[in-house]
Amino acid sequence: MRAYLHAEWTKLRTAPSTVPLLATIILLTVAGGAAASAVVSCAARGCGYDPARIALFGVQVGQSVVAVLAVLTVAGEYGTGMVRLTLTAMPHRIKVLAAKAIVLAGLTLAAGSAAVLTAMLVARPILLDRGFPAGLLTLTSGPVLRAVFGSVLYLTLIALLSLGIATAVRDSAAAVGAVLGLLHLFPSVILMIADAGWQRLAWQISPMNAGLAVQATTGLSSLPLTPWAGLGVPAAWAAAALLGGGLLLRARDA
Amino acid sequence: MSPLTLRSGRQGGELGRLTRAEWTKFRSVRGWMAGMTTAALVIVLLGLLSASGDHASCAGAGGVEIACPAPPVGPDGTAVSDRFFFVHRQLSGDGVITARLTSMTGQIRKPDVTPGRRNVVAGVVPWAKTGVMIKDGTRQGSPYAAVMMTGAHGVRMQHDFTHDVAGLPGGVSERSPRWLRLTRSGDTLTGYESADGTRWTRIGTATPAGLPRTVRIGVFAASPGDLTVMRGDLGGSGAAVRFAEATGVLDQVTVRGDTSGDWRDDDVGATVDPDGSVHHPGRASRSGGAFSVTGVGDIAPAVEGPTAERPLGGAPAALVLVIVVSVMFATAEYRHGLIRLTLLAGPRRGLTLPAKALALGLVTFAAALPAIAVTFAAGGRILRANGNAVLPVSLPTEARVVAGLAALFALAAVLALALGALLRSSVAAVITAVVAIVVPHVVATTSILPDSAARWLLRVTPAAGFAVQQTVPAYPHVLSHDAPSAGFYPLPPWGGLAVAAGYAALALGLAAFRLHRRDA
Repeated sequence: MRAYLHAEWTKLRTAPSTVPLLATIILLTVAGGAAASAVVSCAARGCGYDPARIALFGVQVGQSVVAVLAVLTVAGEYGTGMVRLTLTAMPHRIKVLAAKAIVLAGLTLAAGSAAVLTAMLVARPILLDRGFPAGLLTLTSGPVLRAVFGSVLYLTLIALLSLGIATAVRDSAAAVGAVLGLLHLFPSVILMIADAGWQRLAWQISPMNAGLAVQATTGLSSLPLTPWAGLGVPAAWAAAALLGGGLLLRARDA
Repeated sequence: MSPLTLRSGRQGGELGRLTRAEWTKFRSVRGWMAGMTTAALVIVLLGLLSASGDHASCAGAGGVEIACPAPPVGPDGTAVSDRFFFVHRQLSGDGVITARLTSMTGQIRKPDVTPGRRNVVAGVVPWAKTGVMIKDGTRQGSPYAAVMMTGAHGVRMQHDFTHDVAGLPGGVSERSPRWLRLTRSGDTLTGYESADGTRWTRIGTATPAGLPRTVRIGVFAASPGDLTVMRGDLGGSGAAVRFAEATGVLDQVTVRGDTSGDWRDDDVGATVDPDGSVHHPGRASRSGGAFSVTGVGDIAPAVEGPTAERPLGGAPAALVLVIVVSVMFATAEYRHGLIRLTLLAGPRRGLTLPAKALALGLVTFAAALPAIAVTFAAGGRILRANGNAVLPVSLPTEARVVAGLAALFALAAVLALALGALLRSSVAAVITAVVAIVVPHVVATTSILPDSAARWLLRVTPAAGFAVQQTVPAYPHVLSHDAPSAGFYPLPPWGGLAVAAGYAALALGLAAFRLHRRDA
């Protein structure tokens, strides 16, 4: 397994697109949060906005680039034919996928932590300036810590979900389309449904809606799922995608 | 024939030939045809499924659940809200009504401070209205014209629900009363206002549609509910409307002309609760020429309610598929080296991309148009059959929504194609196109962003094109929750589509420039 990990790490590290993509993830996450923070303002009595969600709004933009990074780890190999070499050198296919998942998860955790922490630090003074109470933005308070670490985990789960889908689909453009389609399908569907019960159900199975609930620090009682249970939804999707991708990888010709 | 026309004629023929060649390429790849078909099916299935699950019912007499009654419609077919208190008498032919308004007061129910205890404060909402009116009877939706004082928008002259002309700003009090006058001469009604009853300023004229010779003339009051916008639980924002009423005190009311009958009081459009009592009744009292009228409701176009375009909400998801196929249509040329053959067969590089864009745009339009038309028509029928009082839409608007949304699909396809040709990487092109078109729409309509930011996203990104599907416009004289999450777009329909077209043209131009300059 060490050899597998080492090989996957070398491939991912040296791919020309990796460093620019990681930089883009951080840039979009920070810029998105800063921009969202700059346009909200907190009136004297009750803001109606969750400052942590505003500060971490960029996660919603940065996740698209995380998906690209993850898709390219697998589908990039199919695009160049490198995958045949990989599977010749490392014939245990599930181990290949596991190694890819571990390396990718590690890299996303690192980049996601940098992105989310920087976003929080950049957005904090802007939000305080816009009238939000400092108490809601203390970095060491439980809900804010949950939002920060939950967002990092969310990005990692999106990476794993994308990896699983890319392993199944094999074409990079189709895989990116499938991931983005899956993520953005549910919010549109929720908007189409008028019935509150169906709306909550669609919310509860939507990887993006439920997953981002982990960022909530206020109004938790109105959410259909608790923050950590919400994060379990993208985790379930990622597990299903990896399982499906792994089975297909084992069954199919490369 | 001059050489110039000869050349342009040949160019047209060549574009047609190249477009046909591109269509052959497109239809011979099974995945692309399947992708387009699936996109069309996604629109239809999501639309019909969501419409089927969307049931509504309203409380009828005796607490029985009934299908929600359709809203009344105005003279031009727009759904309207037509509820106010009217003190009126009959007028035949030409005539004039004059009144001096000395006070406008009211009360508003605010969110409860102590749960269960009604929190009512004194005040008037911005579009509360009281004044003088000429109307074709008391049927809801019948033509009218009125000169009125409003809560915060000064004196206005309005007619037939959708028309609003501003008079002078300012409020009203005992010490500075406002005189209002409405005259009828033939089919033309003219509104005047004055501060002293002697020097009159004309506000505007109106010709209400089909106003008969014999009409009702009198004084009225109405007050739309108080609107509170709050953050939605599941993203976006929502609105709550709470009871408000307005009272106008009008003295020195005179009517000149061929009047007959006594003054009559009518609570126009009042709804009756299951127990038989009128829901939030209005009232009036008069002594001599002085009237005090209290009304609840509004005389304005209805903008709240299920809209006809709701079943089309699957469009953003279907667009992702169209984008993937369109990008591949461009990048496959490079991946397989087909581009060299393409350029050999049609060496005029200026035509290569236009031909590709034309073929792809037409294919996408042809795939999207029937899917959208079926979803819009059948989805609307299902919604109505399920008891939803869908706001009515005129035929030209329906045609605009269907053709415009199909055009947006074609434009998105061309934009994605151009990005594919420009970036020559499928992943980069797909992600750029999705982030440009789909993500702004999803974020603006469903996320935690404030409405102002959501509006900007729908002005400056290609997602502005979704404005073409909006069937009910936002009216400046109706205070409503006109946020993107409620289906209101900041740009007019064709303006929004023009933004999307601009992006597609820009990307196509850049891609053509790059194709021209670079080696294939």
